[in-house]
Amino acid sequence: MSANDSVSAGERRVDALDVSPDEALSETLGHDLEPSPARGKQRRRDWVQLPLDALHYRVTQAGLAISLFIVAMAVVGPYIAPYSPYEFVTAPYAKPSATAWLGGDNLGRDVVSRVLCGGRTVLSLSFIATAIGMILGVVLGLVAGYARTVINEVIMRGLDVLLAFPQIVFVLLIISVLGPQVWLLVLGVGVTLAPPIARVVYGVTVEIKERDFVMAAESLGVSHLKIAFTEILPNIVSPLMVEFGLNLTFAIGTIASLSFLGFGMQPPAADWGLMINENRVGLVIQPYSVFVPVTLIAILAIGVNLVTDGVAHAMIGIDRDTGSA
Amino acid sequence: MSGIILTVEDLDIALDPSGVEVDHEVNLELVEGEILGLVGESASGKTTAATSLLNFQRRGAKIVSGSIHIGDRDVLALGAAQLRQLRGGVISYVPQDPGSALNPALRIGLQLREVLEFHGFGDSEAERRKRLEEMMAEVLLPSTKEFLRRYPHQLSGGQQQRVALAMAFSCRPKVIVLDEPTTGLDVTTQAHVLNTIRDLVTAHRVAAVYVTHDLAVVAELAHRIAVMYAGRLVEIGPAAELFAGASHPYTRRLLHAVPVLTGRRTLEGIPGFAPRPGHRPAGCAFAPRCSYAVAKCSAEMPPEEIVGEMHRVRCWRHEEVRAQAPVLAQKDDSSLESGGEAGLITVRGVTAWYGSKECIHDIDITLRARECLALVGESGSGKTTLARCIAGLHHFRIEGDIGFQGKALPRLAGSRPRAIRHAIQYVFQNPYSALNPRKTVAQILSQPLSIFFDYTRHQREDRLAEVLDLVSLDDTLLSRYPDQLSGGERQRVAIARALAAEPTVLICDEVTSWLDVSVQASIIELLLRLQSEIGLCMLFVTHNLALIRSIAYDVAVMSEGRIVEYGPTDDVLADPQAEYTRKLLADTPTIEAALFKT
Repeated sequence: MSANDSVSAGERRVDALDVSPDEALSETLGHDLEPSPARGKQRRRDWVQLPLDALHYRVTQAGLAISLFIVAMAVVGPYIAPYSPYEFVTAPYAKPSATAWLGGDNLGRDVVSRVLCGGRTVLSLSFIATAIGMILGVVLGLVAGYARTVINEVIMRGLDVLLAFPQIVFVLLIISVLGPQVWLLVLGVGVTLAPPIARVVYGVTVEIKERDFVMAAESLGVSHLKIAFTEILPNIVSPLMVEFGLNLTFAIGTIASLSFLGFGMQPPAADWGLMINENRVGLVIQPYSVFVPVTLIAILAIGVNLVTDGVAHAMIGIDRDTGSA
Repeated sequence: MSGIILTVEDLDIALDPSGVEVDHEVNLELVEGEILGLVGESASGKTTAATSLLNFQRRGAKIVSGSIHIGDRDVLALGAAQLRQLRGGVISYVPQDPGSALNPALRIGLQLREVLEFHGFGDSEAERRKRLEEMMAEVLLPSTKEFLRRYPHQLSGGQQQRVALAMAFSCRPKVIVLDEPTTGLDVTTQAHVLNTIRDLVTAHRVAAVYVTHDLAVVAELAHRIAVMYAGRLVEIGPAAELFAGASHPYTRRLLHAVPVLTGRRTLEGIPGFAPRPGHRPAGCAFAPRCSYAVAKCSAEMPPEEIVGEMHRVRCWRHEEVRAQAPVLAQKDDSSLESGGEAGLITVRGVTAWYGSKECIHDIDITLRARECLALVGESGSGKTTLARCIAGLHHFRIEGDIGFQGKALPRLAGSRPRAIRHAIQYVFQNPYSALNPRKTVAQILSQPLSIFFDYTRHQREDRLAEVLDLVSLDDTLLSRYPDQLSGGERQRVAIARALAAEPTVLICDEVTSWLDVSVQASIIELLLRLQSEIGLCMLFVTHNLALIRSIAYDVAVMSEGRIVEYGPTDDVLADPQAEYTRKLLADTPTIEAALFKT
């Protein structure tokens, strides 16, 4: 290591600052012992501030535009679809024509209409599944991370067992036992998302609980549960937001795959995953009925991922000064 | 003057896009073998100025004008490749925190060899190996294969800093920049590192710049001292001359803030804080905090004037300031009175474990009502463990008796009755981790209020303002988050949180060790005031012996988990009985030493 590196190491202390991108410049020059009058009183809570900061980045803007486009299509789609998704409009695997712009599917239904109507299920189901996974993961991770006792081991080893199952295999297993039901699908996906989330929450919690403010609360006699949820939880909001985005992408993929495998939505429902399965035989003759839903799922995943990236980026700014100065 | 090795002329550093001034008109000259102490509070621009000597600027800062010469080399004109050769070769840098400056993934031997290889030191591998052994011997570390194969985390803080020193001195540089290299080290370790620095500098005729916020640290070490405030050198002069005839009000205030070992002195903090770049007032930047300020001060920047041999100062009223009695001569010989109060907290035969390791052994101390007991020791001496045992925050095994008002205390805070929990309050060492960064000051202070008292919403608001007032903060801070506060303000909020519970016992665990010396002085002022106003019983844990005379009547000195000396502060400091106390006293840096040095 040369002195060159040592100098940048000296910079570290000052870099450990909580700054918005605008203030980064003036902040770097002062040590972290000084308050900044510029950072006024209007600072908001993390879950508001973080997305706002994230919006400054191009990635977030692009990701948001993409995701909103897909969401809008899924929400508004059914109202603007030219036909009902169940109506037989043209011949099976018909080429695009004036009546059916993207041709017909395996049964001669209009591809445009089915695409417009098939987004809602994927979106809402994956959103709910992610929410279930988040809630489970956060509660388990937080409790395990904060508990100093055997609870910690029990929870974490239990999660390890779950983690050992490949996600799809686990969901397939419970669905093939209990039958293809939508609630089961969502619950199954949610439960399989939880262990990795719990791991992340566990890791952050273990680090945060060593901070003095946790001990300060303990010395006042605040209950453990209250410390976990009011002292520690607010400090892990930003990594949680990133986790949410990541898991939403996973959930979209998984739910689409399960539909494709025939374990999700059942025919004749309009659903992007199901469409891919139904029409894959005619891929060579009429590619649109497979190609369009595949692309849309991919675009949605990319959009959500970009937003997540932006939030993660903004988080680096927000989380800098949390006690390690 | 002969032997000038480093010249800095009219150095101006500013933020790049905004042009906000960081450092202005910095002029320095260093001769071979000279150590210059660069002193100032946080945000005074001292580190920025120091790293500029290596032509290194932080992200966003830029050297606007001026020149830096090392020998006849123009540092600012060098290209990237030449600069890499210069840094570490001709001028080297020792960072504040060696723990993060050394690469944790590389063995220290490899890191040291890297520097030599990069700068092409010596002709052969054998020669470099010899130099490496020499370096390790110079910093008093073993150069055995075994030791060199260690990773940085396997070394103690003092050893890490010595490795960093060895690295900096390895290529026999002409100039070395030390950025608070002993902050965060124990006094004993600090004394060793300072000695090593002094020996190396004298032996190799290196010119050194030592950056610090603590005048006492450089007092014995530095030949000359430069005081920086808001990006300007406000006073520069030979150490002894500067201490005896401080001519800038700021220098005097800094001296007032430094605790002394001989005789008691009231510590005075400097109100307010150093303005950060972009918020500096016109004219003399110190004027708003200065008791000598006149109208002219805030209108016009005073020029640099020569007041003695190599002694320059920037103050309109330097003559009057200089004419004042020297700060160090001002002593307050009254001693803290002991009221002979009854014991409030009694610790009898306490032994505590950390994990399976016994870390404090058979401790007996008594905290008397309305009095302060200082607990002194190095890190690892068990002083924090003892404090936490009393506060009910030690989660491992404890044996022996801890009594409060004659009754035995349950081990853990959670199992103590509410009346006791609120009577014993704890203030943590690190104000940066003691406050939840996601809560406002109001939320933080409300916590004890809602647990211990049944206030109405209105009463609670009044109480919040009252508690903040106790620690000299105003209630506009209530809506702020901790990261919007300075270190001193944070520590005040932490103290306010403890006071909100209306305690009778306050345990202060090294509450000033993370703060600037000037801020430390004002926190001590605050604690003293609280003690006399509220009649608090205090346990004041510290590693700084010089501090305790100002605050504590009794002192207990701890070493390796045992109390080695226990008695009235004045007696212990005047006539220490234990070998360990004498060593600690000798290692504590003081300004007086500098006065008697020359």
